[in-house]
Amino acid sequence: MAVELDVFVGNTTIMDEEVYQLWLDGYTVNDAVKVRMAGGMLDECEANQDVLLSDTMDQYRTFQMCERLLQSPAKLANQLLFQIPPHRQTMLIERYYAFDDVFVREVLGKKLSKGTKKDLDDIGAKTGVTLKSCRRQFDNFKRVFKVVEELKGPLVENIRQHFLLSDKLARDYAAIVFFANNRFETGKKKLQYLTFQDFAFCAGQLINNWTVGAVDNTVEDMDVDLDKEFLQELKELKILITDKDLLDQHKSLVCTALRGKTKAFAEMEANFKNLSRGLVNIATKLTNTKDVRDFFIDLVEKFIEPCRSDRWTSADIKLYLTHYTNSAHILDSFKHQAVWDRYMGVIKSCIYKMYHD
Amino acid sequence: MPGKLKAKIVAGRHLPVMDRASDLTDAFVEVKFGNTTFKTDVFPKSLNPQWNSEWFKFEVDDEDLQDEPLQITVLDHDTYSANDAIGKVYIDIDPLLCTEAASIISGWFPIYDTIHGIRGEINVLVKVELFNDLNRFRQSSCGVKFFCTTSIPRGYRAAMVHGFVEELVVNEDPEYQWIDRIRTPRASNEARQRLISLMSGELQRKIGLKVLEMGGNAVVGYLQCFDLEGESGLVVRAIGTACTLEKQSSGSLVNTHTHPNTAPASNACNSPSKDGKEPVFGEDLPSSSGPPTPFRNLPTSSSSPPPFSPFKPCSRQSSSSDTDLSLTPKTGMGSGGSAGKEAGPLKTLLRQQTQTALEQRGASSSGLLLNAREFPFFTLTSFPPGFLVHVGGVVSARSVKLLDRIHNPALGNTRSYKLLDWNSVTADEPETRDAWWEEIRQEIKSHAKALGCHAVVGYSENTSICEEVCILSASGTAAILNPRYMREGCLDIGSTDQRFDDPSPPSCGFCHIPYDELNMPFPAQLTYCYNCRRQKVPDVLFTTIDLPAEAAVTGKGCLIQARLCRLKKKAQGEVNATAISNLLPFMEYELHTQLMNKLKLRSMNALFGLHIQISVGENMLLGLASATGVYLTALPAPGGIQIAGKTSGDLNNEQHIQAIQKRINDTIAKNKELYQINPPELTEEGVGSPIPEPRHRSRLFRSHSESSDEVSELDLSHGKKDAFVLEIDDTDAVEDIHSLLIDASPPTGFYTCNTETMPGIYNWTTAVQMFTSVRVLRLSNANLSNQSLNKIFTDLCENLLKSFYFKLRSNIPCCLCHLNFTVAVPEEELIQVSVTAVAMTFDKDQTQERFITKGGIETEEQLQFPLELCADSSSTNAQPSSKFSGVPENTIVSPRVSSLEHCSPLTEGRPRSLRSSRSFGGSSVTMVKMTPLSFLPGTRIIKYLGIINMFFIRETTSLREEGGVSGFLHSFIAEVFAMVRAHVAALGGNAVVSYSMKDCVLMENPNKNQAQCLINVSGDAVICVRETDQEPMTSMTNIGQTCAADGAT
Repeated sequence: MAVELDVFVGNTTIMDEEVYQLWLDGYTVNDAVKVRMAGGMLDECEANQDVLLSDTMDQYRTFQMCERLLQSPAKLANQLLFQIPPHRQTMLIERYYAFDDVFVREVLGKKLSKGTKKDLDDIGAKTGVTLKSCRRQFDNFKRVFKVVEELKGPLVENIRQHFLLSDKLARDYAAIVFFANNRFETGKKKLQYLTFQDFAFCAGQLINNWTVGAVDNTVEDMDVDLDKEFLQELKELKILITDKDLLDQHKSLVCTALRGKTKAFAEMEANFKNLSRGLVNIATKLTNTKDVRDFFIDLVEKFIEPCRSDRWTSADIKLYLTHYTNSAHILDSFKHQAVWDRYMGVIKSCIYKMYHD
Repeated sequence: MPGKLKAKIVAGRHLPVMDRASDLTDAFVEVKFGNTTFKTDVFPKSLNPQWNSEWFKFEVDDEDLQDEPLQITVLDHDTYSANDAIGKVYIDIDPLLCTEAASIISGWFPIYDTIHGIRGEINVLVKVELFNDLNRFRQSSCGVKFFCTTSIPRGYRAAMVHGFVEELVVNEDPEYQWIDRIRTPRASNEARQRLISLMSGELQRKIGLKVLEMGGNAVVGYLQCFDLEGESGLVVRAIGTACTLEKQSSGSLVNTHTHPNTAPASNACNSPSKDGKEPVFGEDLPSSSGPPTPFRNLPTSSSSPPPFSPFKPCSRQSSSSDTDLSLTPKTGMGSGGSAGKEAGPLKTLLRQQTQTALEQRGASSSGLLLNAREFPFFTLTSFPPGFLVHVGGVVSARSVKLLDRIHNPALGNTRSYKLLDWNSVTADEPETRDAWWEEIRQEIKSHAKALGCHAVVGYSENTSICEEVCILSASGTAAILNPRYMREGCLDIGSTDQRFDDPSPPSCGFCHIPYDELNMPFPAQLTYCYNCRRQKVPDVLFTTIDLPAEAAVTGKGCLIQARLCRLKKKAQGEVNATAISNLLPFMEYELHTQLMNKLKLRSMNALFGLHIQISVGENMLLGLASATGVYLTALPAPGGIQIAGKTSGDLNNEQHIQAIQKRINDTIAKNKELYQINPPELTEEGVGSPIPEPRHRSRLFRSHSESSDEVSELDLSHGKKDAFVLEIDDTDAVEDIHSLLIDASPPTGFYTCNTETMPGIYNWTTAVQMFTSVRVLRLSNANLSNQSLNKIFTDLCENLLKSFYFKLRSNIPCCLCHLNFTVAVPEEELIQVSVTAVAMTFDKDQTQERFITKGGIETEEQLQFPLELCADSSSTNAQPSSKFSGVPENTIVSPRVSSLEHCSPLTEGRPRSLRSSRSFGGSSVTMVKMTPLSFLPGTRIIKYLGIINMFFIRETTSLREEGGVSGFLHSFIAEVFAMVRAHVAALGGNAVVSYSMKDCVLMENPNKNQAQCLINVSGDAVICVRETDQEPMTSMTNIGQTCAADGAT
């Protein structure tokens, strides 16, 4: 005696959020049943294992049928097959596109190619995310990447409209797309302490300030590619470290402003030239794609690590960078104020975010 | 040229990729009606084509408009090879032919392919311009409204009920034609879909003609079924109740309904059926004994009917020759003997049939045959107040027939490719089927008469087919109706009949026995009505109708099911038919016993919505009886169930029996609490009415606490041994008792019923969740016993219910209403159960619960308002309670006119606003609610847009890839829902009421990776609006009633 067929179809599609999550997390039907049983589901409505199994199977089938629609969320709203109230649709989409930070941290900045996809089982093993879930998340990244690649207009807005995601999730996807496009290095050991949210924040800063879109919002790929002209202009900042007078003048201005305001003053004074060289060198090298990729590792090596070894606090960093940026404006012979501001604005907020006490 | 059909193809979306090279599609559309086809231009390289075509115009007869669907085919243009079909949309034009229904069809329809399912959507506009037709001999019946709803539709009132209409059409099944061997499965499926669409169109038109002939303007309770008879053909049949409906409006409310319009009746005089007056079945009821309860069934057997002879000698037709009479008892006699203790009731049952048949035979001389087509049957299950006078009990009849394989050998293959010419070619065949059904209906009619009733309400018919054997079943509830609302001659009532004038209170009147107390058709235990104490009532009442809204009920109700499996030997032809008809009486009897015991176990005394289905398979018969048990305040409290062991002396056995008895008593006590059955403790002395045996009555109230010998003495003295006492004489009986107790009551927060609503629950919220669930079980072990099969089958049903509770737990507190179980034996070792129901949530605090428990007090108030107010059952009331709540309050009279004005603009304005609402917002899809009930709680129906009657076939040759049979059926059911919703939305509607899935036939062949499924659904498309400013509208009917009441008093 065996159940040959067992279906349950509601006019309004019934979807249990808990089962949906288990499905998204890549649990098999049997594992999902075990999880639900462990979660005390048996006590509800006098259920037994068969009931749970039947329910889980039904829901899994429904989700599988829905998956095609979830991959182009706009269709979910005007498809006729499943009657799903709008707020449930939003939930389904949001959850489908949600990802595990540990997983995305692993693929961030990698090329979204078949090669990377092959490594997913390793990543899965490393992060404890099931392969099925890894694949879904990876395919989501790739799908979003492909769609927005060819679109004009602001990146976050495009993602939000095409995939009907919340603002927060759209921003995260923008970061992922941005990182994948520019292939930023995030996997080095020195960068391991940074979370996805740290990078996402930085990506937001870069997108808003350093891309073509920051100045002109009509071109293609405007939010994905860095503004070439700006990168070129950054070379001009070299004067801050190559001109000895300027460097000294800058240092004295900063030191005057900082004196007495922090315990780390001595270290700041001692390291000023090194740190300034580090930051300006990063700026001047950004015309090379290779150096763009190393942007974050450079920030860590050239600035964050020295500060950390001197035990600066976050407040110290903030104080230092504020004065460092502002003092450059007072330098008479320094003419590149606009570029400097555009550069340092991003650097400042990225370092704040990346500097963990 | 009576009509012009116009169609415009606007756009498509989400089309499938048809050209792999470009990942795009070059789509165009063919629009076909009758033999005319138009094409749109090709819209190249797009998955979202914008055709924006001209208006395609078809000039057609209205007859064709009724029969034919508009057929829209989406194709992919291919320069070098044949164009590939993407899919089709069939649009039923019928709703546009009624002036009161929809005026335009406009919307997105799923493009459906029988192999691939839904493949994108297409936006279509359809309009019809009808010209007035002066031809009196026309074949069309445009304008007759059809309703699946089995009550008077809300917003209408029945000026007159004309009676039973039926029709059937027959054709060869395209699937079984020779051409099917050479055409693709797709072509075959499409031929079938199209044929059935045509046949149901024709059927509806023919029924409409009959209604017009009777002088009616609508069919209510329209029930259409398909019989897939395999090689012997395809039968589409329908029954319904012809009515003259009037739209409820301010003017007609009070003045017209008291005097039924006589014009339609005179019209009907032309029909020959009226000429012969049916013999009156009056006071001389047979005094024979019968089954212990008002439940009568008479399975009759039959062997293969030769073609072209409906009245062949071997058929069991109650009204034909003597040989029938001698044969039928044989069936029962054998069964009675083998069943031992069950022999008694069966014998009496047979005796009774003999008499009935004799009676009929006598009657046939006085014009019975002439009159044969006139049946006082009503497919309605709920009635306007005052309509239903008394209810006798359930009447049912079954007959086993052999379908003939080579039916029309002379015609051979010639008609195979002339699908549409069935009218001319197979003209004889419907008559055979007609005759079969007529036999059954005659039988039903005579059973009703035996119960002293002149009408059958809640009438339905169905079939079960396995290979060449077909079981035809019909059942209904014998009743006495108030002739005031009937067309003259529709009921055969003796002029001396006084029963309609008795002033029974509506809360209990229908329970009063219709038959003569001194000449009871069966030994029922009569007592005076516990509600009014004037009339006699039986101790239990079984009916197929819904619980009358005005009935006084104690506590809540619940779903009660009897389930049964019986093995039978595999056989062919007549042997098989005989074997089946021999088994049927046992099954009926056992199902009935189960129902009775389960009813008592729940301490209830009446069943409503009883539906018994017997399904035949190659090696077994399945029986499933579902009903909603309630405690009618008017009926006596049921006695407990007494266990008795046959072999006394054995101490172990005694203990065992006592243990079981305790379990049963505990269950009864638990159930009483669960369903809140606390019948009012009537003080016998206080009332002082002439109630016999007061001692006995008082004992009944606490019956299960009695000591065993007392109860058995009591039972025996009333000849009700079978109903009360369960004897454990063998292991079978023990199993039976176990199975009795195995039914789990629903978990807290859930109620179940198979009727429209649950007594005792009134404050529904607007949350409804309709669902369909199908489960198929494969019996692995070939050598199963009846007992273990029963267990498997019972578990299957119980587990389904358990699954529902779990799935719908978020809707708690909720009631699963209209739980409709259908069983089938699709293959030798498969059992299929399909369920459609609706979960309705209600508010926990029963603030409005004031009517039911008061019983006695209420009756006085009830009596004050006259029975003649016919207005349909509260028309717009979504909440059954408001009907009552409104009545006693005589205060709200004045705001009537203003409230009506307040309401009417909505009727016009709403559809447009609904339509426009689809265009804004993120979603372009209208939410369409579906329910098997005739109403949606918290809303009122402002317009009926027409009947939805759709038939789909889905086939796959990649079963595994689609997720196995479950995946296949899951997506198919979802697709069917989607297509129903799309059609309703295109008509401008936002809900389907009285939705039902008539058929779900699944065939699979996993080895070949194939499966095929046929689904037939129907319902009424409606526009409903939120009942926010409802008070005016609901009170309107009530005011009308109270006005009349004031006038009368």
